[in-house]
Amino acid sequence: MQMTSSVARPSAARIPWLSLGVWGALAILVLIAYARAPQATTAVLTSTIRQSTPIILGAMAGIMCERSGVINIGIEGMMLIAAFLGYLANVWTGNLLLATAGALLVGGAVGAFHALMSITLKVDQIIAGTVINILAVGFTGYFYQQGLTTRGKLAPIDIAPLSSIPIIGPVFFNNPPITYASLVLIVVIHVLLFRTAWGLRTRAVGEHPAAADTVGIAVNRVRYINVIIGGMLAGLAGGFLTLEAVGSFERNMTNGRGFVSLAVMIFGKWTPFGAWGGSLLFGFANAMQSQIQFLQNQLPPWLAWVSQTPPQFIGMLPYLLTIAVLAGFVGRARPPAAIGKVYEKE
Amino acid sequence: MTAAPAPEVVLEARGITKRFPGVIANEHVSLKLQRGEVLALLGENGAGKTTLMNILYGMYHQDAGEVLVRGQAVRISGPSDSISRGIGMVHQHFMLVPVFTVAENIILGAETGNGPFLDLSVARRQIRELSQRYNLDVDPDAYVKDLSVGQQQRVEIIKALYRKADILILDEPTAVLTPQETQELFAIIRSLTSQGASVIFITHKLKEVLAIADRIMVLRRGRVVGETTPQAASERSLAEMMVGRSVMLEVEKQEANPGATVLAIERLVVDDDRGQQVVNGLSLEVRAGEILGVAGVQGNGQTELVEAITGLRAARSGRVLINGHDLTNASPRRVSETGSAHVPEDRQEDGLVLTYSVADNLVLNRYYVAPFARGVVRDEHAIMQHAEELIDRYDVRTPSVLTPVSALSGGNKQKVIIARELSREVRLLIAAQPTRGIDVGSIEFIHQQIIAERDRGAAVLLVSAELDEIMALSDRIAVMYHGQIVATMPAAGASREELGLLMAGARPAAPAVSEAV
Ligand SMILES: Nc1ncnc2c1ncn2[C@@H]1O[C@H](COP(=O)(O)OP(=O)(O)O)[C@@H](O)[C@H]1O
Ligand SMILES: [Mg+2]
Repeated sequence: MQMTSSVARPSAARIPWLSLGVWGALAILVLIAYARAPQATTAVLTSTIRQSTPIILGAMAGIMCERSGVINIGIEGMMLIAAFLGYLANVWTGNLLLATAGALLVGGAVGAFHALMSITLKVDQIIAGTVINILAVGFTGYFYQQGLTTRGKLAPIDIAPLSSIPIIGPVFFNNPPITYASLVLIVVIHVLLFRTAWGLRTRAVGEHPAAADTVGIAVNRVRYINVIIGGMLAGLAGGFLTLEAVGSFERNMTNGRGFVSLAVMIFGKWTPFGAWGGSLLFGFANAMQSQIQFLQNQLPPWLAWVSQTPPQFIGMLPYLLTIAVLAGFVGRARPPAAIGKVYEKE
Repeated sequence: MTAAPAPEVVLEARGITKRFPGVIANEHVSLKLQRGEVLALLGENGAGKTTLMNILYGMYHQDAGEVLVRGQAVRISGPSDSISRGIGMVHQHFMLVPVFTVAENIILGAETGNGPFLDLSVARRQIRELSQRYNLDVDPDAYVKDLSVGQQQRVEIIKALYRKADILILDEPTAVLTPQETQELFAIIRSLTSQGASVIFITHKLKEVLAIADRIMVLRRGRVVGETTPQAASERSLAEMMVGRSVMLEVEKQEANPGATVLAIERLVVDDDRGQQVVNGLSLEVRAGEILGVAGVQGNGQTELVEAITGLRAARSGRVLINGHDLTNASPRRVSETGSAHVPEDRQEDGLVLTYSVADNLVLNRYYVAPFARGVVRDEHAIMQHAEELIDRYDVRTPSVLTPVSALSGGNKQKVIIARELSREVRLLIAAQPTRGIDVGSIEFIHQQIIAERDRGAAVLLVSAELDEIMALSDRIAVMYHGQIVATMPAAGASREELGLLMAGARPAAPAVSEAV
């Protein structure tokens, strides 16, 4: 308990011994599981990474916005619009790279719209985010047509020698491009926030905008740029869904991932690595529930009750986990101090 | 250097006018600052000092007038313009990010590094050099939230010097300092000016102006009302210039005539919002007919102490007795109904409902009883009549009793609170920072009211960060440090120096401070 005060601050992480310990223990568990059921273990881990990809991208979208002082509960909507328009771009051009770039741009544009509402027009930021979420459902639902076809989705890229390492190889080195990108982005955003002048300014603007202003930092400009970057990250998460994971669009296909991202952002105390931990947890719960549903009739006798449980209940597991995690962590996490407040000089 | 060169004017304002909705904050103000001098800008709260400085620093834009730096007319459109011209400002409310380190705060906006990457090592070295040169002791790697107010102020000064400022604006820098810290600040200011810097020093404290200034400019209601030097001025003449009429610097009062104990606090322990224990087993007593002044630097648990007594914050342990009844952790209404009046520290947050009318604010403590309520229905007529009577008796300047209280000036807001709290029989008055940030006229009035309550036989607990106020009003003085009363003494024999040392945590010299009740 003597750690709480240091844990509660969203500052640059010092060496997080506690979480290193937890991850070490998990690694040992994985090794044991792998020894007993190598295929299922690899499948669960691979699927954990896939499931966590849109979550960590969404969480980093939240981090960029909130670190600069702008609440963004519109991540869900940003993902959905970008997923939809990215998919249409794929349908029309047949070029997956172009479609991914399209998803990024659309996300950035919706981010700019959020910035316009919350910074320039001073709309309450929760309402601005809600506007985006509602618009996204309406817009994508209205323009969605069934029966569109594409020429496929982003394929895994095998990074040759590395991918043959047991466990780690197939999990980390045989992924499609957006998944790789998200892993790289975790490091990039961490460095950006905690090791660069831009990051220092961003955090200052989110903590004490008047202080930033008095040393000549253009508070609203910094906020605009970060919210747009955040929108692009949410756009990439949307692109992941239609261009990499599924290959087609379905109504409402984000399915609450934007909100889970926000939960994960808080869990990770507004740091990319912390949020990654949260995303992996969510991804793992998701992977487990699909494995359980998949393996229904091969379960050992003492788990037979699982096959009698309606699948809807098993499908709830990741969300229950999210609620449990949030109930346990939200109280202790401290958001950036100036979050949600419009900065006005005079 | 040859014979005395003509004084060089480094900063000049000509005819600055600045309006805010409903007020003219600055009206045709002109000012000249010469190289190497300390120019004191004196004025009451609301006189427009901060506004003028914010214009020079580029935070606000003037409606009319011009600014000249070293003789050249310049357009300062933002702080980066003023910084690049060598102007630095230490704001009244510090502009530091609490969760950043000292070094991070100092380099913010003027970062050093390789390309986009931060490198704090260069900054650390420069900060150490500056600390040594000007005797500003700070640790570059400490977190600002862990620093005392005095240390934070040094960080602010280094922040300006790091940007090579040689024109330094200090806005009410002593408001938060102990007398000793103020002396240290003066030494720093002298070492700055001796090395060629020029300083604008803002304050409303007369003693300080006489001690540090080379020249004095007085601002009243947005206008320059006079210019003088410490040699030609006295406290009295400055006060008159500042207020515009003769003022009483001393509060007149008779000997106290203490009676039975009204408020007794026994070994009280209270936590602050973050769960840190800030009142540490504190005990004190206030008797009927006396004023006990609690002196102390802000942040030594005074706020939490008052909140615990008045029922706004739960005490962890210990007891609060009012007239012999145990009211520990009682509701604010129960405390109020014992005849306790509370003038809270933060009048905007805790003293008033800003969006309510003056009339409604005047019955916040009694709206639910006759004559203001009949059953569950309000009696508008009684409420209005009550309000008319009180604004008259307490000289509240308001357009009408239906005006939202948010539209009133600070002094009049405070008078609304005083009127509400004192317009009934009061046996205990708890007044926290009762005159913070209000005009001298209102201060005089509120002081008279507090003394009148004492003379009527109420026990008064006065908590104030202004040592002058404590010394002027109290019959006994208790010094609070780190959540405890470290000394209690009769006000008659107390000296500023001794109180200042006690406030800074020096142990009391044993016999001189023994309880004199
Ligand atoms: N941002 C603002 N908006 C509206 N009115 C303001 C603002 N800043 C200051 N004022 C008003 O301008 C006047 C001068 O204020 P200020 O310059 O802060 O005085 P001082 O620093 O001398 O106490 C006051 O009446 C104050 O209420
Ligand atoms: Mg001021």
